[in-house]
Amino acid sequence: MSVEQEQAERTIRCLVAKVGLDGHDRGAHVIARALRDAGFEVIYSGLHRSPDEVVQAAVQEDVDVVGISILSGAHNTLVPKILDGLREYDAFDDRLVLVGGIVPDDDKAELREQGVDEIFGPGASMEEMITYIREHAPER
Amino acid sequence: MSALVDELLAGKHSALARVITKIENRSPGYREIISDLHRHTGHADVVGVTGSPGAGKSTLVDKVAAEYRDRGLTVGVIAIDPSSPFSGGAVLGDRIRMASNAGDMDVFFRSMSARGSLGGLSTATTDAVTALDAFGKDVIIVETVGAGQNEVDIVRTADTVAVLVPPGSGDDVQMLKAGILEIADVFVVNKADLDGADRTVQQLREMLQGRGGTAGHHGGMGLERPGGDGDAGDDGDAWDPVIVETVANRGEGVDAFIEALAEHSDYLDRTGQREAQERERFAAEIRTLLREDANRLLSRELVQRGGIEQYVDAVVARETDPYTVVDDVLAPLRDCLDADHPR
Repeated sequence: MSVEQEQAERTIRCLVAKVGLDGHDRGAHVIARALRDAGFEVIYSGLHRSPDEVVQAAVQEDVDVVGISILSGAHNTLVPKILDGLREYDAFDDRLVLVGGIVPDDDKAELREQGVDEIFGPGASMEEMITYIREHAPER
Repeated sequence: MSALVDELLAGKHSALARVITKIENRSPGYREIISDLHRHTGHADVVGVTGSPGAGKSTLVDKVAAEYRDRGLTVGVIAIDPSSPFSGGAVLGDRIRMASNAGDMDVFFRSMSARGSLGGLSTATTDAVTALDAFGKDVIIVETVGAGQNEVDIVRTADTVAVLVPPGSGDDVQMLKAGILEIADVFVVNKADLDGADRTVQQLREMLQGRGGTAGHHGGMGLERPGGDGDAGDDGDAWDPVIVETVANRGEGVDAFIEALAEHSDYLDRTGQREAQERERFAAEIRTLLREDANRLLSRELVQRGGIEQYVDAVVARETDPYTVVDDVLAPLRDCLDADHPR
């Protein structure tokens, strides 16, 4: 990999965040590794993060993609807090916000309306997610 | 001055984050940003923390940052992790251990990856420190795995360098002797509650004694002085590395470590070493940038001339040789410089 290539192709940075009480992070690990192998820089939050902590990480790390993994069903309370926090720090507009996990269809529409860009449920392929990020990562 | 610089100087976190991104990406305009920020710097204490993987660097940095915050100081942390040589990707996991400072925006923690570029990383790290300093951070901690010369270069951008040595790393101590141990101002034997910690402290002490002897300072006296005022009867022109024991995950020894850092900082001021180090760093930085920029100019010239392959062909065919090629390519540059300053 030459220096010129590196400069031409910007490195996409992604936060993979586990928020709230749900303690299952095997999926998040798999996703983190797949994104790494796709050439992205991945910041993994660790388990049991509060919305504030996710916002802090997303702002300071200046990630292009905020990926929130929730399996507990608490997405309706936690995700909006993260979105508000990003807006508060002026870090919402140029960031892709993705949610992964078990989200009922009715809630999906609601989350999208609030500012979530895409929701990947069970069965979503890694390929699909990586392509989506490549195509939609914000220009800066 | 750009709006981004104004926002950073005004204390906007997202602007600081974006400036560091531009530095990492070498985005257009990042040089002007660093130029603008430079005159707002020079106030932060910069601490380098390094050591082998699993030594407990992130855990210690987390606790140290929390302690500085308790003392009313603001903290910036840059944590450097390796990137994959295959995909260029990286998982940057040090943030996980920053639990004590979760939600506290006045600890600005930023992960950086090596991105496969060896020389570039220390330049990028220096520039990121500039950004954090201009932002107004009181203490900036640069954390990196002590794996090679690259890391040695990076922690050398710090005023004070701490090297973590885990217990039971007797063989490691031997192995590292010629490298990273030489740059330590403070040694931290972390996980001091584990078996073998005493032995590791002992080994470090012996190593330092040996070094003191050969370097000709103090005849090998004045070694481990955690908490002491040191330099008794000394004219203070040399620093004897301090050994501190910590159990970072329980917060033990953090005060002693911070005290050792402060002691070294005082030493730098008292002896004029801080200024000397700063001059050395800027000289190194200027040389590095000159080399990088000259390289870029020459790469462009090479492309203009049709690329390196044809020169290689000619050299392989023994029509010419590498020295003649370089002479040829550099001739116009040499002529220009000679015209400016005739010899």
